[in-house]
Amino acid sequence: MKSSFFRRCCELIGLLIILSPGFAQGQDVAANTIFAQALAKLNGTSMQERGMAIEQLAAVKEPRALLILQALLDGRLYQLKAENKLVIGEEVDAGYQLSDADTGQTLGLVERDATQKVTMNNSLRVALRKTIGRLELNATDAKVRIHAVHAIAKAIDTEGIALLGERLVIEQDKSVQDEIKLTLGLEQLNSSDKAARLAAIALLKDHASQDVVNRLNELQEKDAAGNFLEADADVRNQAKAALAKINASLQVYAAIETLFFGLSLGAVLVLAAIGLAITFGVMGVINMAHGELMMLGAYTTYVMQQLLPDYLGLSLFLAIPAAFVISALAGIAIERCIIRFLYGRPLETLLATFGVSLFLQQAVRSIFTPLNRSVASPTWMSGTWQINDFLSLTWNRFYILIFCLLVFALLLQILKRTRLGLEVRAVAQNRNMAKAMGIPTARVDAMTFGLGSGIAGVAGVALSQITNVGPNLGQAYIVDSFMVVVFGGVGNLWGTLLAGFSLGIANKLLEPMAGAVLAKIVVLVFIILFIQKRPRGLFPQKGRAAEG
Amino acid sequence: MLLRFLKQDKAATSLLGCVALVALVVPLCNLLTPAESLLHFSAYSVSIMGKYLTFALLGLSLDLVWGYCGILALGQGAFFALGGYAMGMYLMRQIGNRGVYGNPSLPDFMVFLNWTELPWYWYGLEHFWFAALLVVLVPGLLAFVFGWLAFRSRVTGVYLSIITQALTYALLLAFFRNEMGFGGNNGLTDFKEILGFNIQSEAVRACLLMASGIVLILAFLVSRWVIQSKLGRVVTAIRDQEMRVRFLGYRVEHFKLWVFVFSAMLAGIAGALYVPQVGIINPSEFAPLNSLEIVIWVAIGGRGTLYGGIVGAVLVNYAKTLLTGWMPEIWLFFLGTTFILVTVLLPDGLLGFWGRRLREQKQ
Repeated sequence: MKSSFFRRCCELIGLLIILSPGFAQGQDVAANTIFAQALAKLNGTSMQERGMAIEQLAAVKEPRALLILQALLDGRLYQLKAENKLVIGEEVDAGYQLSDADTGQTLGLVERDATQKVTMNNSLRVALRKTIGRLELNATDAKVRIHAVHAIAKAIDTEGIALLGERLVIEQDKSVQDEIKLTLGLEQLNSSDKAARLAAIALLKDHASQDVVNRLNELQEKDAAGNFLEADADVRNQAKAALAKINASLQVYAAIETLFFGLSLGAVLVLAAIGLAITFGVMGVINMAHGELMMLGAYTTYVMQQLLPDYLGLSLFLAIPAAFVISALAGIAIERCIIRFLYGRPLETLLATFGVSLFLQQAVRSIFTPLNRSVASPTWMSGTWQINDFLSLTWNRFYILIFCLLVFALLLQILKRTRLGLEVRAVAQNRNMAKAMGIPTARVDAMTFGLGSGIAGVAGVALSQITNVGPNLGQAYIVDSFMVVVFGGVGNLWGTLLAGFSLGIANKLLEPMAGAVLAKIVVLVFIILFIQKRPRGLFPQKGRAAEG
Repeated sequence: MLLRFLKQDKAATSLLGCVALVALVVPLCNLLTPAESLLHFSAYSVSIMGKYLTFALLGLSLDLVWGYCGILALGQGAFFALGGYAMGMYLMRQIGNRGVYGNPSLPDFMVFLNWTELPWYWYGLEHFWFAALLVVLVPGLLAFVFGWLAFRSRVTGVYLSIITQALTYALLLAFFRNEMGFGGNNGLTDFKEILGFNIQSEAVRACLLMASGIVLILAFLVSRWVIQSKLGRVVTAIRDQEMRVRFLGYRVEHFKLWVFVFSAMLAGIAGALYVPQVGIINPSEFAPLNSLEIVIWVAIGGRGTLYGGIVGAVLVNYAKTLLTGWMPEIWLFFLGTTFILVTVLLPDGLLGFWGRRLREQKQ
């Protein structure tokens, strides 16, 4: 009994498996026939038939139908004379790059004479545009729908309004709903009914966009005779209030933008300063070559990109460890060959490392020429993130902010949880005691310097994405990164983070008031004064470690 | 007293003798001998010698603060440039209506920027005495305010070095701005006259060289007198053991401030002598790299000797002239390597090294 039941189940499942593709195929076949028929009609000569073909194509709910209609509207749909077949062509220098309209296969290059454009008349074009709008408005992808709303809004008419109204009822996606409401609201402002206009303003005040601001401003204007364009005072007052509300939110957006740019500048500063903070905190050594180690990182990115020109994203990711290793090795070499001989003489160390920085600069200038090299950004890093009409954030800055936080977190974990981190902290707190406990301080010094330098290299990778890579790259950031370290206090990574971000934000806050250069000067002067008040920074080391 | 000193310190005497010789012989040979003579010095060598002497004065000024007071000032170039700008402003006013735009009171760059009035800080600079006063006072005042703030709150060591560097960097950025009224990027140039004499003429150049030599010798003597006075001994003690001196009841910050301001004034004078001899002053003089170069002069010559700064300045700049003329790309390699070698191998500089060798030989 049990076994027969089991067998039956198996049979049933088997049947389903056999049937299901056939079933799907059956539906496909039906659509395909309609599709092929429509294409044949489109290929014909009569305009009337073409109109019917467009309707038929629109009825087939398939993306390729939309593709063909769009191509038709753009004048990219051709007949291939030899085979009497419809193709979509992209114009290139030598002729047309073709793909089959029916199957989507690429057909290669042909000369211009081998094809003939599928022509249209004006009424057909208008109908086609609406059809496409309707199709797009019902597309599954929300982005396509928003695009359709924009297209309809550009040439709005009663039919378009009706279409949008219908869609609004069934629309699920919030952003599409908003776009439709916005378009309808802007249209409703033209209504002769006062209540409708007031309702429109009430709706629009929650939608900050350039169009809304422009329209609401228009309502306040007077014509040549001194009469208000908008006759009704109630509507005018409502519009004024709405405008005030929108302006308030615009200020919020401006504040967010300033904050964002400040944070991203701060992120760059933190990246540049954090390696310096480690070497300075642990060894009391000012490394003037720090900027040049960043420059090495940036050039590593450049070389990586030259090696893998076809894989921008990959080369960028590979550049991070590569830059770390190269800069770290350079840092260890500097420590072993120079700095360890100058132990306990911080001013001399400063001078010697400055010599190193000059040497590295000139070396890079000799190898890569003094010209700036531009490092390309992968597509996902370029461009902006358009949040609304008034707020857009650049992707590269955004990623650098994230990257900075990642590096910071990683470094914090290294210092907190690894053996090296423990030793580094011990030496930073009390060198002699650490030595007495058996910590190889010389080795720790070298490793610390390597770690700090490696992070400088990683910072260079980030910098290569926002500035040109040149021999002076390090020089531009060295004074700033010193300021961050000094401001934040030595031996405290959180201090560096806070100092970097606050200096970045302060710079960006001052910039609109005073201009970029003056803002920088003000910040420098502020730090010079700040050091007078708190000579050991925001977060000074406490206890015995502070007496070094 | 001078005689006693000349007898005591052979090294300083011979150095001053050299300076006096250069300052006398070079201009005289330039003026009195015919161009084809073996003894003739060209106008180019006169101006370059003059430049070296002003650099030597600058090196001396840094040696005072760094060598004797232990303050590694990475902003000495700022005082030099400020003195230079004061002199440059005087020279600009001397142009009068002979500028390209022919405006009687406004320098060319202001006319170019559509300014109609002279900014207030340009007032009075048509008088030489006023400009000469500013050459000393402006760097001195800046050093006083900066030093007073810094020393009072006991900012020392690398922190002090870094903020002096920030100071000169901030000034660099400020002077690049056209709105500041100092000629922006291009600085001040196209000078015509100094004290009514043509600044291009050989006689004036020779006089400037002599003046540089005389000022250098005077500055050296005064500095030496300061260093050997009681004040100088306290300053040296501060360099070696600041805490101990403080506990002995000395107001450490007052002594430091005094030396810092004096050295800034010397640097300002050096800048004022430099500008008429090279014919231009622009914001790049404020660049942190320039100030670091001054440090390397002193480090190479040997700090804490006074003449170390002079010798180092002349040697390094001679090398710079040679190398940048011969192979420009070598210069930074050379400078970088010198920085490293001198700090690691010759902490006392060339003169210190040489002096030690001499003493060892005597023993």
